[in-house]
Amino acid sequence: MMNMAEQILPAAEMERTGGKGEPVIRLENVYKTYDLGEIQVQALRGVSLEVMAGEFVAVMGPSGSGKSTVMNILGCLDRPTKGRYFLDGVDVSGMSKDELARIRNKKLGFVFQQFNLLSRTSALENVELPTVYAGIKPEERTRRAMESLRRVGLADRAGHHPSQLSGGQQQRVAIARGLVNQPAILLADEPTGNLDSRTSIEIMEILQTLNEEQGLTIVLVTHEPDIAQFTKRNLEFRDGKLKRDRLVEERLNAREVLKAMPTAEEEAAEDAGAAGGAGTGAG
Amino acid sequence: MDFMNTFRLALRALARNKMRSALTMLGIVIGVGAVIAVVSIGQGAQYIVQQGIQAMGTNAVFIAAGSNRAGGVRQGYGGVKTLTVDDMNAILAEIPLIKQAAPALTSRQQVVYGDQNWNTAITGTTPNYFDIRTWPVQAGSVFSNEEVDLAANVCVIGTTVARILFGTDDPIGKTMRIGNLPFRVDGVLESKGQNVNGQDQDDVIFAPYTTVQRKISGITWLQFIAASAVSQEASVAAVAPITSLLRERHRIRAGSDDDFMIRTQADIADLQNQTQSTMTMLLGGIASVSLVVGGIGIMNIMLVSVTERTREIGVRMAVGATEKDVRMQFLVEAVTLSMMGGAIGIILGLIGSMLIANLLQWPTLISGKAVVAAVIFSTLVGVIFGYYPAHKAAQLDPIEALRYE
Ligand SMILES: Nc1ncnc2c1ncn2[C@@H]1O[C@H](COP(=O)(O)OP(=O)(O)OP(=O)(O)O)[C@@H](O)[C@H]1O
Ligand SMILES: [Mg+2]
Repeated sequence: MMNMAEQILPAAEMERTGGKGEPVIRLENVYKTYDLGEIQVQALRGVSLEVMAGEFVAVMGPSGSGKSTVMNILGCLDRPTKGRYFLDGVDVSGMSKDELARIRNKKLGFVFQQFNLLSRTSALENVELPTVYAGIKPEERTRRAMESLRRVGLADRAGHHPSQLSGGQQQRVAIARGLVNQPAILLADEPTGNLDSRTSIEIMEILQTLNEEQGLTIVLVTHEPDIAQFTKRNLEFRDGKLKRDRLVEERLNAREVLKAMPTAEEEAAEDAGAAGGAGTGAG
Repeated sequence: MDFMNTFRLALRALARNKMRSALTMLGIVIGVGAVIAVVSIGQGAQYIVQQGIQAMGTNAVFIAAGSNRAGGVRQGYGGVKTLTVDDMNAILAEIPLIKQAAPALTSRQQVVYGDQNWNTAITGTTPNYFDIRTWPVQAGSVFSNEEVDLAANVCVIGTTVARILFGTDDPIGKTMRIGNLPFRVDGVLESKGQNVNGQDQDDVIFAPYTTVQRKISGITWLQFIAASAVSQEASVAAVAPITSLLRERHRIRAGSDDDFMIRTQADIADLQNQTQSTMTMLLGGIASVSLVVGGIGIMNIMLVSVTERTREIGVRMAVGATEKDVRMQFLVEAVTLSMMGGAIGIILGLIGSMLIANLLQWPTLISGKAVVAAVIFSTLVGVIFGYYPAHKAAQLDPIEALRYE
């Protein structure tokens, strides 16, 4: 699973873009310094990168290497200390908080490690949330949210509250929320960090489908190389710098991997069989 | 985000912690409820007072002997001997604004009928007095002007005196003793009940002023003159000419104080208004204290709520809520809380004042103004005390808010 060829940057660039089009994301020599009074933490030290439309990028690197920091900047939740960030061709590095809020609402979708769904609020309403701030009319909001839930295969759970959903389902609701305003990019900081391996692959299957069938640009952070293997391009950070940028070879297809894996029910049935029970598979 | 949505969100957030929301509202509920109840009681009392003032005759002018401030010391009627029937006649003759006047002097006496004893005030006057005060007899008649001229031993009594001395007997035509003299009872006055100061206005005896001057008090002067002007405006306009006439008649040098006091119904109304505005300020004070206490409760809970919901705020910001959206959300929540408290307070206050009216037989008058003020103030409290927590929420950094445990 881990054997992949490394390629140097310019070649990767050519292959990805075919040498044409505007990048959706362009960071130009971005620095981020946290001023803690006595000490200054340099979380990013001169990062430059481009992501084109339709890419599926995994950001990797050891803990503290600046992955979340760069994601926060890409997500317009934070501003670079130095350098410039062009999102969809627009320089957002000097924008006000309100302008950034509007950009986040219209152009970006977020998926978090902790899911961050509103508790005691139905899946549908959670998904609707970004449309509320976009000033969309209620009927249209519900229509879009349902459509979005359908895309992650959870239309039948629209009325469920997060506490009534499994972790994987909650993360799918979060993805649906990220998609509802038809963003230019979906950003996910360790979306599978809190999920078991099978559920992680299920999430990757959804992301792969969104990327391949609908051309959604996705940037995700992950620690796990096998998760990164489902994406098209890996960026490796170290000490606040982009150290490696390579295309993924022998990309894994999540649907096929899942097919090869035993399902939870099958595992349960096997266990039951092994224990000598009379059970012949549930449901 | 549209307002209805924000409002629904606020209701839902408040419903999530019902007990907490209810306790938070309690301060406002109690404050507003108390104010509504107290104002209705106050308005009821006010209404009674106004009725009383109306009953005195709105055109009335009272001229009392004595000065407001004689050498810095207030002197009662007794001290001044300058006000006379001649003064009264001069006023009637020279000041056309005044259409009627009656002299009056009062003396406290022991009164006896059969074996019943009572101590009350005997006022000497003329039949005019009962017109000026619009005070008819309920039985018998008022003594005549001839009887005044003759200084006859006749009198008219109030219902309290009639009840105490005569019980179930008919007092008309009976003879009672006032001091050491026998008096024939000519009439019983209609009941007036208590006056503004809570005194029983029916505990009175009226006799000709001549009789009281010569046979009871042994004086030649008057304690006051009750007059009535041609109109309410005339009663105010008459004050200046009466003052200069009396000063001239009493030979008061320029710069010296009057030896009489003039009160019109308008003055009394002014006094009443003053009392009322003091009352209003007092109530306002109580109201603002209780509303401030309620407001602090709201601020406290909203601060807790903002802290508890830091992550929610972070999520909302991440998906596009602006500072204004977040501020609005928490502000609307605080205002909803305070307005609900205000509404419940108004309802409880109204129920309370109705209970007081029914159970204690106190007059209450529900004040529309107080209800409107309660709505406005409870809303304001929500805005003022909700602003800081809402602002705090809006100022959160989305990244830190999302990371908050
Ligand atoms: N708010 C902050 N204040 C101060 N320093 C910070 C802050 N956020 C991040 N840092 C520092 O910046 C550096 C990069 O942090 P970042 O969160 O981007 O790492 P990461 O690659 O996401 O790590 P992990 O894999 O553990 O999530 C770290 O040294 C971290 O301590
Ligand atoms: Mg991180």
